[in-house]
Amino acid sequence: MGGVMEKARARARAGAGEIPARPRPDAEQDGAARCGGRRPMTITEKILAAHAGRDHVVPGEIVDVELDLVICHEITTPPAIRMMREIGVTRVFDPDRVLVTPDHFVPNKDILTAELSRRLREWVKEQGIPHYFEIGNHGIYAALAPEKGFIRPGMTIICGDSHTTTLGAFGCFAAGVGSTDLAAALATGRLWFRVPESMRIEVRGRLPVGVYAKDLILYVISKIGVDGARYRAMEWAGEAIAALSMEARMTLTNMAAEAGAKSGIVPPDDVTLEYVRQRTDRPFTVYESDPDAGYVECVEVDASTLEPVVALPSLPSNGRFISEVEPVPIDQVYIGSCTNARIEDLREAARILRGRRVAPGVRTIVVPATSGVWRQALAEGLLATFADAGCVVSTPTCGACLGGHMGVLGQGERCLSTTNRNFVGRMGHPGAEVYLASPATAAATAVTGRITDPREFLQ
Amino acid sequence: MNATTTTLRGRARVFARAHINTDEIIPARYLNTADEATLAAHVMEDIDPEFPATVRAGDIIVAGADFGCGSSREHAVWALRGAGVQAVIADSFARIFFRNAINNGFRVIECPGAAAAFQEGDDVVIDLAGGRVCAPGRGIDLAFVPPGEFAERLLAAGGLLPYVAGRVQARTAPNEAAPAGSEAGAAQAPSRAPRTSPARERRAPAGGAGSTPSNALTPEQRSPQEAR
Ligand code: SF4
Repeated sequence: MGGVMEKARARARAGAGEIPARPRPDAEQDGAARCGGRRPMTITEKILAAHAGRDHVVPGEIVDVELDLVICHEITTPPAIRMMREIGVTRVFDPDRVLVTPDHFVPNKDILTAELSRRLREWVKEQGIPHYFEIGNHGIYAALAPEKGFIRPGMTIICGDSHTTTLGAFGCFAAGVGSTDLAAALATGRLWFRVPESMRIEVRGRLPVGVYAKDLILYVISKIGVDGARYRAMEWAGEAIAALSMEARMTLTNMAAEAGAKSGIVPPDDVTLEYVRQRTDRPFTVYESDPDAGYVECVEVDASTLEPVVALPSLPSNGRFISEVEPVPIDQVYIGSCTNARIEDLREAARILRGRRVAPGVRTIVVPATSGVWRQALAEGLLATFADAGCVVSTPTCGACLGGHMGVLGQGERCLSTTNRNFVGRMGHPGAEVYLASPATAAATAVTGRITDPREFLQ
Repeated sequence: MNATTTTLRGRARVFARAHINTDEIIPARYLNTADEATLAAHVMEDIDPEFPATVRAGDIIVAGADFGCGSSREHAVWALRGAGVQAVIADSFARIFFRNAINNGFRVIECPGAAAAFQEGDDVVIDLAGGRVCAPGRGIDLAFVPPGEFAERLLAAGGLLPYVAGRVQARTAPNEAAPAGSEAGAAQAPSRAPRTSPARERRAPAGGAGSTPSNALTPEQRSPQEAR
């Protein structure tokens, strides 16, 4: 197995940072190997072709794809369980390829959500699903699954949730689906997809100090719009992407959903393999786009010219450089969600909050994305930093990101949030306003009480 | 391509505008039923009040880009099908409408340029295998990406869940001996037998729904094509 890993690493090393060489999956004669040298394909097309048992696929056609992982949370899974029962399905296709965690309203917020979690838990027992993460060991699924080593390059992954795109950061095809699709997937281990057109986002240069992956994705969405990647695979490339950690890459692919994309994907490199190798010894296949693969659109960005970005209410595409944003007063700062609540995000926020206090009257809520992140933050003293600064820290949950609990907004309140959606009513009252930004911008804003450029606190 | 029906033919009903939303296909005030005939009595009425009365079984709607945008209601598909519309050809479809259509076994064809080319009442011929939409005698011949064999099987089955039900019944009939949940809550770290290629690992032939990786096939046994 180590041999497979080493070869995968060697392959990726050879191609890291530049247009990668054509992949030669060494494990077997598979679709990707057979397609080599025939018709150029993107990484997304190769993954779909291989999982459909095909030599090649073209954007626009419908393929029946074998799934490597189906992720379930308590909101969309109970309806899928009911649908499966209705059509006479008694067993999931393969309990080992199902990962389950309650995350949206945990710990149970009210009776309704308690019942959703209970049905999920009972189903897990009934089906003998081994990968279930109970409270205390839980997390927001899109952060939990990679952290626990379930996400490896080349996989196909679905979840009944639009931010499944996050997992494409590992060079996977990962897409959100509805409950009907989830039912079909859990029953058969397969699901149909229309092969998406790929668009390439090439990011040159390096992100300056105080500018993060969140600023980059908000900037890109401000340029292409909330429909700019409609049904496409958003494939990231370039020097700036190679320099990003896996956590930062997940922030990029997370918000593919806010550009209307079917999926987001970052081709695997050494950074990917290092992260994966530390968490699992299961083998995998690295796919890479052919140099002459077809893209419907290429967007070029020079990272070195970017500033921190804030998306104004009430669309994720309302991004502005912070120098152009009014320093409006803020009632609540929310540092959480599958977008920006991994350990690096908390470290960046703590860097600014350390030795400072949040401004009087600003409710600052920190919600680590997973129990692992929570424990790590405890070990590193970050939770103490937050508490000393006057923040509250909660157990991992989607919480206020979707207006669920743990920081729901009231009428006329303004929140600066590290989440991904600022639609009307998303975090609570329809009369509330949500600004989206990075954890550093959030921390700086918490300290001053007004939307603030984090670079003021970073030397 | 082994589907028996490879050609569709019908009368064009043209809604050339882009972004026809699901509220226009079936207004929200009629969402209190899932009955297709009831919904059909109001299909498209906010764009063309005559449409519910003039639509005939087998008609083909030709529409502009982003057809079916807006709310994700499946009623839009049910209303069209209830009215006898056999297919919608559009320059492009809104994502959720497209998925709902296929999942409900309703034919949608994405064909850029269709809305500008066709006129109301044209005799439309769709070559499903060849990926062409034509109007004989009008010189219209447009290409589209054929949805492919799998989509045809899904459509023939009447949609995703009927298809899955048929498939699962066929698979589980001979042997239902799969052991039930004995490991719930146990493992966290992935520690099972390695699977070199999860994608192409064939499941156990019968009773496979309950199979675990202990059934994992050796590399020699793996096949790139799953037996259908
Ligand atoms: S954190 Fe927010 S965006 Fe992410 S899965 Fe939860 S509700 Fe959805």
